[in-house]
Amino acid sequence: MIRVVHYINQFFAQIGGEEKANIPPEVRDGILGPGMAFKAAFKGEAEIVATVICGDSYFAENQSAVSQILEMIKKYNPDLFIAGPAFNAGRYGTACGTIAKAVKDNLNIPVVTGMYVENPGVDLFKKDIYIISTKDNAAGMRDAVPKMAALGLKLAKGEAIGAPDAEGYIPRGIRKNYFAEVRGSKRAVDMLVKKIKGEQFESEFVMPLFDKVAPNPPVLDITKAKIALVTSGGIVPKGNPDKIESSSASKFGEYSIEGVYDLTEETFETAHGGYDPVYANKDADRVLPVDVLRELEKEGIIGKLHEKYYSTVGNGTAVKSAAKFGAEIAKRLIADGVEAVVLTST
Amino acid sequence: MRLELGKIFIKDVQFGSKTEVKDGILYVNKEELLKEVGGDERLKSIDVDIVHPGEKVRIIPVKDVIEPRVKAEGNGGIFPGFISKVDTVGSGRTHVLKGAAVVTTGKIVGFQEGIIDMSGEGAKYTPFSKTHNIVFICEPVDNLMQHEHEQAVRMVGLKAASYLGKAGKNVEPDEVKVYETKPLLEQVKEYPNLPKVVYVYMLQSQGLLHDTYVYGVDAKKIIPTFIYPTEVFDGAIVSGNCVSACDKNPTYVHMNHPIIEDLYERHGKDYNFIGCVITNENVYLADKERSSNYTAKLVEFLGADAAIISEEGFGNPDADLVMNCYKIEEKGIKTVLVTDEYAGRDGSSQSLADSTPKGNAVVTAGNANEVIVLPPMDKVIGHVEAADIIAGGFAGSLRPDGSIEAEIQVITGATSEVGFGYLSAKSY
Repeated sequence: MIRVVHYINQFFAQIGGEEKANIPPEVRDGILGPGMAFKAAFKGEAEIVATVICGDSYFAENQSAVSQILEMIKKYNPDLFIAGPAFNAGRYGTACGTIAKAVKDNLNIPVVTGMYVENPGVDLFKKDIYIISTKDNAAGMRDAVPKMAALGLKLAKGEAIGAPDAEGYIPRGIRKNYFAEVRGSKRAVDMLVKKIKGEQFESEFVMPLFDKVAPNPPVLDITKAKIALVTSGGIVPKGNPDKIESSSASKFGEYSIEGVYDLTEETFETAHGGYDPVYANKDADRVLPVDVLRELEKEGIIGKLHEKYYSTVGNGTAVKSAAKFGAEIAKRLIADGVEAVVLTST
Repeated sequence: MRLELGKIFIKDVQFGSKTEVKDGILYVNKEELLKEVGGDERLKSIDVDIVHPGEKVRIIPVKDVIEPRVKAEGNGGIFPGFISKVDTVGSGRTHVLKGAAVVTTGKIVGFQEGIIDMSGEGAKYTPFSKTHNIVFICEPVDNLMQHEHEQAVRMVGLKAASYLGKAGKNVEPDEVKVYETKPLLEQVKEYPNLPKVVYVYMLQSQGLLHDTYVYGVDAKKIIPTFIYPTEVFDGAIVSGNCVSACDKNPTYVHMNHPIIEDLYERHGKDYNFIGCVITNENVYLADKERSSNYTAKLVEFLGADAAIISEEGFGNPDADLVMNCYKIEEKGIKTVLVTDEYAGRDGSSQSLADSTPKGNAVVTAGNANEVIVLPPMDKVIGHVEAADIIAGGFAGSLRPDGSIEAEIQVITGATSEVGFGYLSAKSY
């Protein structure tokens, strides 16, 4: 029998409404509230062994709630965790998402929750967990529970999970390949005809909305500033000691340029696979301008060139990886007192 | 411009005493062929091998694939600007050895070259596992510059395809297909009530081993211009690049352009396909601005109501794709985009480097970062150690048993952005 722990808020536990939203977490053996509907939907394949209850305000205002609840869940040694459904209740949805993600990450068991597509918890957690798409109020319970139960059982049994429309979950944005029945060019022509005629068509890819990064204010006194070099052009010490990949890099490198005044053919090269490497290999300063910055340092135009530089390969590298490298590099630069960075790309 | 495309179905390719097509079999005189493609002092050696669909053979690293064709009647010749003079092509009659392909390999030029597996899991991802391939193994002299090396190997492929194509000149084709596009005003008059469609054909031109040629001209140096769709069927556009193998257009794909073929299929029924605008993907912002402005202007000038826009490559050219889409849509012309994705190995990352909300109709050829394991093969043609350094490979891609674990990016034609293949991606 698959052991399930269920999470609900004070309202669905029938403790009270907003006036009881500040109750701290508690756990009760067995089924409570919407758990009855889940019991029916599990058809004897799974059993709710405990129900955790927490007030929505308490959860939102107390960071310790997550660890408290995790401890409660852990004791029951469940195979599956279900939270909600939260419909369009914002704090409840965020609580369901937060706790479900924490359970998945800490207890390594599958988790399912359910929310209305506009619940703020959806955007926060859809990438991390399965969220069944529900109606915007509790009238959707009858529709949501069987889908959540079915997906939960599949996850607990380790079965393959189908496409979002088949299983009823909100797309997590995970792209997976498949072979279509007609070739791409014909799909394009078919889509064009529909678009021309004003008929319904489904784009195979939805363009993302991008973050905009606001530039920092200028450096007040560049003649005193410590400047670092960071590149996605793949400049590495000869031999590529960290074996940074020529495309789709999985890492970045941190290398010393202490006492280095000029990058030469003998000492540095590029690992980048996206351009003809001849000229970068001949003189890596073309991509990572150590020579010029040393001159500026000597002339007192800049304060100092940082003794370490950071390098990765931008070619075909996932934005998610790049963002992770960037955050880590920034942390190290700040720790070393760097005030400005020259970023070079290729 | 009217072109008859005569397809001679080739069911087998074998070495023989004379280069000829007999009963659907292409016989190749090896000695004569090598003499025909040889003579470039930049190449130390050239050898040739023949492989067939289903064989346990891997070709790595693959530079280009070319289809043998010959001009049977009419103006000009195949590969104008390289093999033939620069007469305008795309009319008369062209014969094709359908089912045969020339593949070039040998020491790696840059990083971005591909793999063709003739059987196993990898074979599903490349269209060239289904062709009988005449493979040229070209080894450069020592210390040859990469761009010289690329050029030398490119010419071997074009010469070979042209030489082999001649064997079909006087053979009666198994199937003849007629493609016709008239001068603009006449073409518009032919179907006055149908919406007019233009194909915006983006050519890889980032430079430094990322080049494409139009009648022998480096596409970096063109401004967007009009071509008749049939011109490409005679090899007016030739690949000269080492972009990631999965989504560059090998010369073979330019010659069998699937979007052009499929646009012709419903031409005169659902729309009036009036022609192609070729444009480039240069790396400087001013070039991108100029080319996209010019492209949008031309599409508008031609009177198009709608356009298909295809990208070649990824990353930097995503910006060109988005600019073309935005500027053409701004003119009230509907667009469909064809691209592929780099969504990370787990598929959770952002797929494109640029974006516009106007790009609301997109066909994707799949996530190039998805990882695949290619089983060991009985025979490897080329240099298998390239697996660790080609784009999409990583240190350790080549395993001790000869299998390869890598992104599908390494497979020639896996995520064709002109939709030559069937692969796509969905959000989960």
